[in-house]
Order: sequence, then structure tokens, then C-alpha cells
Amino acid sequence: MDVSLEVSGLAYAYPDGTQALFGVDAVIGKGERVALLGPNGAGKTTFVLHLNGILHGGAGTVRVGGLPVDPRDKKALKEIRRRVGLVFQDPDDQLFMPTVREDVAFGPANLGVRGAELERRVAAALERVGMAHVADRAPQHLSFGQRRRVAVATVLAMEPEILVLDEPSSNLDPASRRELAEILLSLDVTVLMVTHDLPYAAQLCPRALILSGGVIAADGPTLGLLADEELMAAHRLELPYGFVVPQPS
Amino acid sequence: MHGLPPHCKILATLGFVLAVVATPREQIWAFAAYALLLAGVAACARVPLGHVAKRVLIEVPFVGFAFLLPFLATGPRVEVLGLEMSQNGLWGAWNILAKGTLGVIASILLATTTDPRVLLLGVERLRVPPLLTQIATFMFRYGDVVVEEMRRMKTARAARGFEARDLRDARILARSLGALFLRCFERGERVHLAMLSRGYDGRMPVLLRADASGGQWAASAILPAAAAAVSLAAWMAQWTFL
Repeated sequence: MDVSLEVSGLAYAYPDGTQALFGVDAVIGKGERVALLGPNGAGKTTFVLHLNGILHGGAGTVRVGGLPVDPRDKKALKEIRRRVGLVFQDPDDQLFMPTVREDVAFGPANLGVRGAELERRVAAALERVGMAHVADRAPQHLSFGQRRRVAVATVLAMEPEILVLDEPSSNLDPASRRELAEILLSLDVTVLMVTHDLPYAAQLCPRALILSGGVIAADGPTLGLLADEELMAAHRLELPYGFVVPQPS
Repeated sequence: MHGLPPHCKILATLGFVLAVVATPREQIWAFAAYALLLAGVAACARVPLGHVAKRVLIEVPFVGFAFLLPFLATGPRVEVLGLEMSQNGLWGAWNILAKGTLGVIASILLATTTDPRVLLLGVERLRVPPLLTQIATFMFRYGDVVVEEMRRMKTARAARGFEARDLRDARILARSLGALFLRCFERGERVHLAMLSRGYDGRMPVLLRADASGGQWAASAILPAAAAAVSLAAWMAQWTFL
């Protein structure tokens, strides 16, 4: 199996001394869809920011498609940031350009893509999330669900090796949530999804990791983990009222 | 008019304003000529007069001082409508009012015929430091977001029974403003992270090209050239008069 993401022994303490990660090990294969679960303060965001070298300086290594993340090697870092498509939780943070088209073009343009190829990438990325018709609109004039989808397009345009989504379903109404799920299922790309939305994880990701106390506490089929009441309780994970874990078929 | 490249229009406006400012204030006819030129531009661009008139009001606070000049300035006095005023002051007030209004109208025409985004591109094209244009671009993008945040805070205050009545409430408003500043600061940090994640290295990629043809340069030169001619004529008149 080709490996998209390989993390070993990743540890990190913030400059104020707070230790967030205590040696995280994880391997994600090409084309896998994996959910990263864990209670608030488990270190999920810290972990995600290591994947493209924004946070660094602790122990351990991260490799994306075989390429090690090394913050001193600027050229390799640029390639790492192409390979890891990070979709932030608040689309207003992610969409900072005056129009959707320019925003989607921002990433590939930073990689040196220009002209017809750039236009093709922008059009293709917007097409994949069903947002081609809003290309010339300003992000602030879109609905929240539309903005979230455009945010996904901004990283798809960079043709990433792995798509990393931070709370993709947060603040979405049920219809937008379902539409986003359909889009994510239609993408032919490795996905790592950080979420508190356990039914969403069950629907989209066959495999899940539980990050708790700065280490990977569990790694296995999502439905199996969610059905393990003891494990769930030990890591402050709870299923929403009325939700029954479907039986693995 | 709407289709001209933004940097041509910016330069044309600048040229026009310079010509106006350089005109001796005693040549009242010259200012009438400038006004006619602007009226011509507005007609060409099909900008309704009411639209311009409404926006000219923005200069009111700035020219307020001009109305005080006739009373405050020194020099020979004249009597106008039964009030004794300084002659110098009157000319000074006229000077500020006429030149200011013409400048404001020219800018309004520029802003009406140019999308703000495109205007920024034009400024960038004129080699204004990219840091400044980036700041303006972000203001343009996040203005609504910040106003929306401010509105939510106001709603939250009102929901808990707060209503600004007098100066003592300023303390609470100041605190809200401080909180808003912190939120904006934090958002700025998150936006920066998002930019870094997509390969930002300190320079914005140039995505839209705005090149001007010779014809477009010539078309946008008409206004400043005409204004320069009027200005020159005004100076000639001034000299022969002396």
C-alpha cells in the first residue's frame, strides 16, 4: 500500500511550556478516509498544524507522500504545503481574497501555476464542489455552506496528496452537511477529517483514530470504535442522543 | 469610461486635481470650466447627477473650516450682507471650497466608474508598495465581517438590557471595542495561517493583468490635458491682468 501520511514519535510543547503532543504515531494509506476523533484540548489542532510544517520544533517526524516535513528546507516546505490541503474550520479565515475565483487561484498561483493551466485548475476545483456558478462573487456574499464548499475547492485546486479538514460539518444546516458529505465521498483523494461529529465520521470514514492526552489512544474501524462504550467513555467521546451505531456489513 | 484600465483613470484624476490646485483662485471662470469638464465626463460615463450630489456631502465636515475663514482672517475688510468680513478670508474660503469640491467630484467619478477591487489593482500597477495594497485589499474583504461581528456584540449587549444613555456608558462601549480588536487580531492570525498553508511567501500572486493600450492612454489623457490647458489660460489671464 502506498503511504500518504506517516507520523512517528511526534511530540510538541508550546513555547509557554504546555505539552500538547506526547509522541503520536500514525500511518495513513493513499486513498484512505480517516477520522481524527478526540475531546476538546486533546491536541487535534496542534497535530494538524504539524502536517504542513506550520508548527514544528518538537520531537518526531512527519512524512507526506514520502517527503519529510523540514521547516528549514523552504523548497521542500512549499511542496509539503501543496501536498497537504488544510481546510480550516471558519471559512472566513480561509477565504481572504476579494472574489471566489481569485481565492481558489491563490494556492496554485503561489506554486507558480499561471495562465490557462491556472484557469483550468480553478474551474475544475469549483466544479468538483458544485460551486462553479459563484466564481465571480465575493466570499462574504455566499451562504455559510457555500463558503465551506469553496474553502474545500481552494485546497483541491492545489491537487493535494491528502485533504485535511478541521470540523467540516460545524455550523452547517443538515442539508448543507449532507451535501458536503456527498462531495467529500465523490473526491478521489486521501482524507483526514478532524471532527466531533461522530455520525459524520461513521458515514464518511471507514477508519478512525482517537487522539487523547496527546497520544493516539485507539486506531481501528470507525464503527467498531464508536460501538466500544468503555473506550468512548474513557476519552470523553459521546454519541448524540438517539444515534445507534450501524452494524458493520 | 467604465472600461478604461484603472491605472489610467487614477493618473487622469490625479492630473486633473493637480491642474485644479495649481489654478490661481481669482480666475473664477476657470473653475466654471473645470466643473463643465467634470459634467462632460459624468455625462459620458452616464453617472446620474443625484448620485454625485449625494456623495459630495462627505466633504462637508472638511470644508466647515472654510466658512470660518472670512471671519477669522486678517487684512482689508469688506461688507457682505451686512456682515464685515476679511477679503483675504473670503478668497481663502472660495479657494478651499472650489478646489475641494472639484477634487471630491473627480474622485467620486473615479470611484463610481471603477470597481473597488479593480481600483486596487490599478494602484498596485502604479507601483504603490504591495504591503499597502494588501492592507487595503484585506480591509475590503473583512470590513463586512468586522461590522457583522460588531453588530452581534451590540445585539448581545442589548439582549442583556444594556442601552447607551450617557457618557458613563462609554466605559462599556470601550470594552466592547477592545474585545472587537482582540477578535480581529486573532482572526488576522488565523487568516495568516491559512495563507501560509497555501504557500504564501510574503508576496501576493498577480492574478489579474490590467494592461493599457495606446488608445486607452490617449482617451484618459483628455481630461487632464483639458484641465492643464484651462489652468495655463488662467495663469496667462492672471499675468496680463497684473
